[in-house]
Amino acid sequence: MADQRATPPPEDEVLAMRNCTIRYGSHVAVRDLSLSFARHRVTAIIGPSGCGKSTLLRALNRMNDSIASMRLEGRVEYHGEDIYGPGIDPAEVRRRIGMVFQKPNPFPKSIRENVLWGPKRNGMLKGKNAAAIADLLESSLQRAGLWEEVKDRLGASALALSGGQRQRLCIARALANDPEVFLMDEPCSALDPIATSRIEDLIKELERTYTIVIVTHNLQQASRVSDYTAFMLNGELVEYGETKGIFTNPAKEKTEEYVSGRFG
Amino acid sequence: MGKLIIGFLVASAFLSVFTTFGIIVVLVRESIPFFSTIPLDEFLFGTKWFPLAAQPSFGVLPLVAGTAHIVIGSAFIGLPLGLGSAIYLSEYASPRMRSILKPFLELLAGIPTVVYGFFALTFVTPLLRNVFPSIQVFNSLSAAIVVGIMILPTVASLCEDALRAVPRQLRDGGYALGATKYEVTSSIVVPGALSGIMASFILAISRAIGETMAVTLAAGGTANLSFNMLDGVQTMTAFIVSVSLGDTPRGTIGYQTIFAVALLLFVITLGLNLLSNRILKRYRESYE
Amino acid sequence: MTPGPPTNSILMSTGNLARRRLAGRCFSFLVAGCAYCTIAILAVLIIQILGKGFPLLTWDFISSFPSRKAEDAGIKAALWGTFWLMSLTMAIATPVGIAAAIYLEEFARKGKLSTFIEVNISNLAGVPSIIYGILGLALFVRAFQLDRSLIAGALTMALLILPVVIISAREAIRSVPSSLREASFGLGATRWQTTWNVVLPSAFPGIMTGLILSTSRAIGETAPLIMIGALTYIAFTPRGPMDAYTAMPIQVYDWASRPQPEFQVNAAAGIVVLMAILLMLNGVAIWLRHRSSKKAH
Repeated sequence: MADQRATPPPEDEVLAMRNCTIRYGSHVAVRDLSLSFARHRVTAIIGPSGCGKSTLLRALNRMNDSIASMRLEGRVEYHGEDIYGPGIDPAEVRRRIGMVFQKPNPFPKSIRENVLWGPKRNGMLKGKNAAAIADLLESSLQRAGLWEEVKDRLGASALALSGGQRQRLCIARALANDPEVFLMDEPCSALDPIATSRIEDLIKELERTYTIVIVTHNLQQASRVSDYTAFMLNGELVEYGETKGIFTNPAKEKTEEYVSGRFG
Repeated sequence: MGKLIIGFLVASAFLSVFTTFGIIVVLVRESIPFFSTIPLDEFLFGTKWFPLAAQPSFGVLPLVAGTAHIVIGSAFIGLPLGLGSAIYLSEYASPRMRSILKPFLELLAGIPTVVYGFFALTFVTPLLRNVFPSIQVFNSLSAAIVVGIMILPTVASLCEDALRAVPRQLRDGGYALGATKYEVTSSIVVPGALSGIMASFILAISRAIGETMAVTLAAGGTANLSFNMLDGVQTMTAFIVSVSLGDTPRGTIGYQTIFAVALLLFVITLGLNLLSNRILKRYRESYE
Repeated sequence: MTPGPPTNSILMSTGNLARRRLAGRCFSFLVAGCAYCTIAILAVLIIQILGKGFPLLTWDFISSFPSRKAEDAGIKAALWGTFWLMSLTMAIATPVGIAAAIYLEEFARKGKLSTFIEVNISNLAGVPSIIYGILGLALFVRAFQLDRSLIAGALTMALLILPVVIISAREAIRSVPSSLREASFGLGATRWQTTWNVVLPSAFPGIMTGLILSTSRAIGETAPLIMIGALTYIAFTPRGPMDAYTAMPIQVYDWASRPQPEFQVNAAAGIVVLMAILLMLNGVAIWLRHRSSKKAH
C-alpha cells in the first residue's frame, strides 16, 4: 500500500485511479495502482524508464485504447465517474482531459488552423462570429505564451516554428479545446534548456486554471514545477506525497535511492 | 577478367540510357518524313483524322479526344476507388484483413490487358446495354470502366504507402484533442499524404493513356470527336495497332502516321511521368 | 450499440459527437466498400471467363493448332510460342538486369551520373508498351534484320521488362544488411568478390521473386508483339530462335476480335490457360517470399 502522506482532500480530487491494473497481452505494465490528482495542482510522476509512467498517463485520457492488446482493470474516475464505463465515448473524455506529447507534434497546417482545429470539430465555434473566433485564437496563444511571437503570422505554417515554439503551439492548441485537466508526457525532453524553462514557467501559470499531471524523468524539473510527486517502479506506486517531502525526506528506501540518483 | 565484369556491369546500367535515346531517335527519325509534309499545327489542332483515305486529313484531335474519353472515364472509377481502398487498408483494416486484401489487389494488377479487353467486350458492354439501350458494341464507356479497374491497384498501393508514411504522432495529436477517427483521417492523414496521392493519380493517368489492348478490343476503331461515351472511339494507341495490323504499305504517309502519333504519345506520357516525379520531390511532405 | 452515459453524467455528450460518430461510420463503410469492391470485381471477372471458356477446356484445346473452325482451334502454337519467347526474354533480361542493379547499388558513386541513370530507368518503366514495340520494330526487325523472329521478340520484351527487373533486383540487393558486406571486406575480399559471394546469395530470394513477377508481366504483353509482327495464324511450334512465332495474348486477342461468337469461347478458354500459368508463377513467387521471410527469422 503506497504511502499517502498529505494527500489532497477528496473534494479536491479531479482525477483518480482506483486499483488500476493495465496489461498489454500478458505483460503487466501497471499493477494495482491507486493515485489521485488535485485540482489546480501539478502532480509529477517520476520513475526509471519502463516503470509504467507513460502507460499510466495515457490511461488517464484513454489514449491507450488504440492498442489492441490493452486491458484495464479498476476504475479511472473523473469527478467520480469511471471514464472507462460503458457508453462513455473516449472523444468526450479527451476533450476534457487534454494531452501534450514528448515530441511536439503540430499539424502541417497554419498556426491558426492548428489552434482552432479542436474547437472547429467539437462544435465550440458554432454561433461564434469572426471576432469571437479571433478572440479564442488570441487568448489561447496568449495563455500559452506564444502570442507575441506569432501574432503577425498566424497564417504561416506551424512547421516554421522552433522546437520550443512548436511545443507552446501544441499547448495553445490543447488550451483552445477548453479542457479541465492537462496531461504532459515529458513535454520538455526534446527541447533546449531555454525553451524548457519557458515551458516550466508556463506550467506554473497554467496551474492556476487547470489541473496538471506531468510525467518527467528530469528530477530537478519535478522538484521545481510540481506540488505533488508520485514515484513509480516496475508498474507499482512506491510513494506519493508532497514534492518537498518526497525529495528531502522520502519514506521509502527505493524512493530515496532514486531521487538521490543512485539508479534510474 | 575483373575489368570485363565491371565493364559488363557498367554497360548494363547504361543500357537504360541507350534505350531512352533509341526510342527518341527512332520516333523522331521516322516522324520527320511525316512532319515535312504535314505542318505541325495542322496535325496538332486539326479535327479530322482520315489518314488512309483517298482524300486524307491529318488532324490528330479525334485520337486525342478518344484517349481523353478513356482517361476521364477511368479516372472517375480508378482514382476514387483506389484512394478509398488505400484509406481502408491504411487506417481501418485489421492486419488480418490487410493480409487478405493486398494479395487480391496484386492479383487484379497482374491480369493482362487483353483479358480486361475481352471482359469489357463480353460482359461490361452487354451489362451496360440494360441501362443504356442505345449503346454500341464498341463504346468508350466500357473501355473506360475496365481501364479504371486496371489502374485501381496502382493507385491503391501508392496511396497506401503515402498514407502510412504520415507519422503516428500526428494522428495521436488529433485523437488527443477529442477527434473521431474520420476527422483524424480526413483532416490530418489524407492532407498529410497529399503529394504522394497526387503523384499516384498522375502516374495512373499516364498508364491509362498508354493502355492499348483493352481499348482496342472494347472501344473500336472509329476516330471521332464526340462526347458521347456510348459510341466507339479510337485512341492514339488503338490507332497505332490498327495500322500495324493492316496492310498499309511502308513508306506511305499513311504508314508514317504511326510514328507521328507514337511520338505524341511518348511526349505526353513522358511529360506526365516527369511531372509526377517533380511533385514527389518538391512537395514531399516533411513532417519535421 | 453502446448506450449513452447516464443523463446526469458530466461526460455527457456536448451535443455534436453523436452526429460526428455517425458521419464516421458512414465514411468507414464507404472506404471498406471501395476495398471489397476489388474482390467483387475479381470474382465476377473470374466467374464470367471461366463460364464462357468452360466448354473448350479440354486436352484437345491445348494440343491443337489454330483453325478456321472455332471448335477445332487450339492453343498449342501459342503456348509453345510463349514458352520459347519467355525463356529467351528472361535469358537476356536476367543477367543484364541484375548486372545493372549490382552496378547501381554496389559500385556506382552516388552523384549526378547515377541519378541520371535512375531517372532514366524510372521513366522507362512508365513508357507505354506499344512504344517498345516500335523501338523493337525499327531496331531489331529492321536494323538488325532479324525479321519476325523469336529473337527479335525476345530482345524487345527484354527491353520492356528490364526496368522492372532492375528496380526489384535493386530492392533485394539493398535489403542485404551492410554488416554482411563489412564482414566480407574485413576479411580482405574485393568489392566484386563480396558482391558475388556474399550479397548476391543473400539477395537471391528477393531477386528470384522479382524475376518471376517480371515474367508474369511480360507474358501478358500484347501490343509490342503486334508491332514486331508476331503472327496470329501459326500452325507450327517454333524450333529455333529465328523462327516465326505467336504468343498466347496474341492468340487471345485474335480470337476475341473475331465477330463470330464461337470464337469468344476460344478466347475465354485461352484466357483461362493464360491465367492458370500466371497464377502458378505468382504462387511460386509468394511461396518464395514466404520461405525467405521465414528463414530471416
